[in-house]
Amino acid sequence: MWPEVTHDLDAIELHGISRSFDIAGSSLPVLDRLELRVAEREIVAIVGPNGCGKSTLLRVVSGLLPPDAGSVLAFDSTVAGPDPRIGLVFQEPRLLPWRDVLANVAFPLELAGVARAEREERAREVLRLTGLDTFAEAFPDQLSGGMAQRAALARALAPEPDILLLDEPFSALDAMTRERLDDELLSLWGQTGTTIVLVTHSISEAVFLSDRVLIMSPRPGRIVADVSVNAPRPRSLSGVGTAMFSEAADEVRSTLATAESVEAA
Amino acid sequence: MTEVTPQTAAAAAPPSSGWQRVVRDLWPVVGAGVLFVVVWAAIVAIGDYPPYILPGPQIVAERFVNGWTEGTIGPHFWTTVKEVLLGLAVGGGAGVLVGVLLARSRIAARMLSPYIVAAQATPILALAPLIALWFGTGLGSRVLICALICFFPIAVATMVGIRSVDPKLIELGRSFRATRRQRLTRIEVPSALPQILGGFRIGVTLAVVGAIVAEWAGGDSGLGVLINLARGSMFDIPLMFAALFTIALLGVALYLIVVAIERRLIRPHH
Repeated sequence: MWPEVTHDLDAIELHGISRSFDIAGSSLPVLDRLELRVAEREIVAIVGPNGCGKSTLLRVVSGLLPPDAGSVLAFDSTVAGPDPRIGLVFQEPRLLPWRDVLANVAFPLELAGVARAEREERAREVLRLTGLDTFAEAFPDQLSGGMAQRAALARALAPEPDILLLDEPFSALDAMTRERLDDELLSLWGQTGTTIVLVTHSISEAVFLSDRVLIMSPRPGRIVADVSVNAPRPRSLSGVGTAMFSEAADEVRSTLATAESVEAA
Repeated sequence: MTEVTPQTAAAAAPPSSGWQRVVRDLWPVVGAGVLFVVVWAAIVAIGDYPPYILPGPQIVAERFVNGWTEGTIGPHFWTTVKEVLLGLAVGGGAGVLVGVLLARSRIAARMLSPYIVAAQATPILALAPLIALWFGTGLGSRVLICALICFFPIAVATMVGIRSVDPKLIELGRSFRATRRQRLTRIEVPSALPQILGGFRIGVTLAVVGAIVAEWAGGDSGLGVLINLARGSMFDIPLMFAALFTIALLGVALYLIVVAIERRLIRPHH
C-alpha cells in the first residue's frame, strides 16, 4: 500500500524562524520569520534562487543549526539539536574513506551504541533496500558518484528516522543517474512512509517527487508560494510528460520568475 | 568489486612475478651497500690505516659475527631495544595525547607550543647528564630520555593531522549525535592516522639516538655503553664499529616495522 498523506499530524512545524550570519563584521539575514508545516508522510520540495537560504533552512530543521528566533517542532516536540527522529543527507556523500560501505552505513548505529551483530544486520537490510547489497565490502573510493550517494542515503535510513531531509542530494550526478535515484527514492518512500523534505535546484525533480513545491524568495528567505502537485501515486518516470506534471512545473517556473523579479525591482 | 592496486593500474608495464619485483626493488639497496663497502675497503687500503684507527670491512664483519656468537653484543643490544620500545611507547603515547590537546584547544596551543619547541631545541645531549644526575642511570631515566626525544615529532604530526580533518566529516558526526569521545576515536584519529604514523617514522629513529645518548651518560649495559667500553678500557675498535652497525640496523629494522604497520592500517587510496 502507498502511504496516505494525512493532515491531522504535522511532522515538521516551523514558526517565525530567523537566522543571520556574521560575514566580515556585518550581520547578513538569511532566513526571515519563516513559517513551514509538513504533514506526516508528505514529500515537500523546496526550490529558490541561489543563496536564498535553502540549505540553511534544512540545517535548522535538522537541529544542526540553532535559529536566532523561532521554534522547530517535530511531531509536536521541540528539536533542540541533532535529533534521532530526523535523518539528513548532505549534498556530498561524506562517507568515511577508511570504512567499507557496510561499516559506513552502520556508523550512526555504532555511535548510538547498537551491538555489532544487530547493527550489521540492520545495515545489510538497508543496503538491500537501496540496491547496494553487493557493495557492502567495497570502499568509498571504489564507488561511482551515484553509488556513493546511495550509500549516504542508506546510512541516513539505517537508524529508521521518521523524517528524512535531503540537501540537493543528487545535484552532483549526471541526469540519467539522478532520474534513477529519484525513482528509487520514491519507491523507498513507498516502503518506509518517511516524511521527506528535499532542497533542489531542479524544477522537474521537485515536481516529480513531491506533493508540494515550496518556493523561497531571494535572501532573506521566506516561503512565498506553495504549489501542489496533484499527480497520483505511485509515480513513475514514464508519467513525467503528463499534463499534471507539466502544469505544476509551469506554475513553479513562473512563480520563481516573479519571486526573483520582485527582488530585482 | 576488486581492489584497484597500483600494479593493476600500471597495466602497460610487463607482468612481473613477486620474486622479480623483490629483485627489482632490492637491487639498488644491495648495490649501494656493495659500493659503500668497496669505497671503505679502498680508503683503508690506500691510506694504509691500522685497524685501531679505521678497521676494514672484513675485520669489522668478523668482529660483528663473533661479537654476536660469543655473546658480547647480544645483552647490550637487548638492553637498548627495551629502552627504545618503552621510550617510544611513553613518548608516543604522550605525543598523541598532547597533539590532540594542541589541535583541540587554542589556549593550550598558545600556552604550550613555545615551550615544547624550546624544549625540543635544547640538545638532548645536554639534558642527558642532568637527567642521569637527578634520576640515576637506570632504565627509568633512559626511557625518559628516549621518550623526550620522540615526543616532539609525534605530537606535532598528531596536531597537524587532527587539525586537517575534513570539517564536513565532523559535521556528519554531529548530525548523528557523536559524543566528543566518539568524534575523536571514530573520526579524528582514523582520519589523522597517516600523519600520526608519519610522526612515528621519525620518532622511532630518534628514540634509538635517545637511547644511545642516555647510555653514554652512564650505566653498565646498552650499545652506547658497549661503544664506550670498546673505545676505552677494551680498546677494541673493530668491536666499536660492530656496535655502530648494530645500532644502524636496529634503527632500520624499527623504521621498517612502522612502515609495515602503516601498510596494514592504511588503505592505499586513503
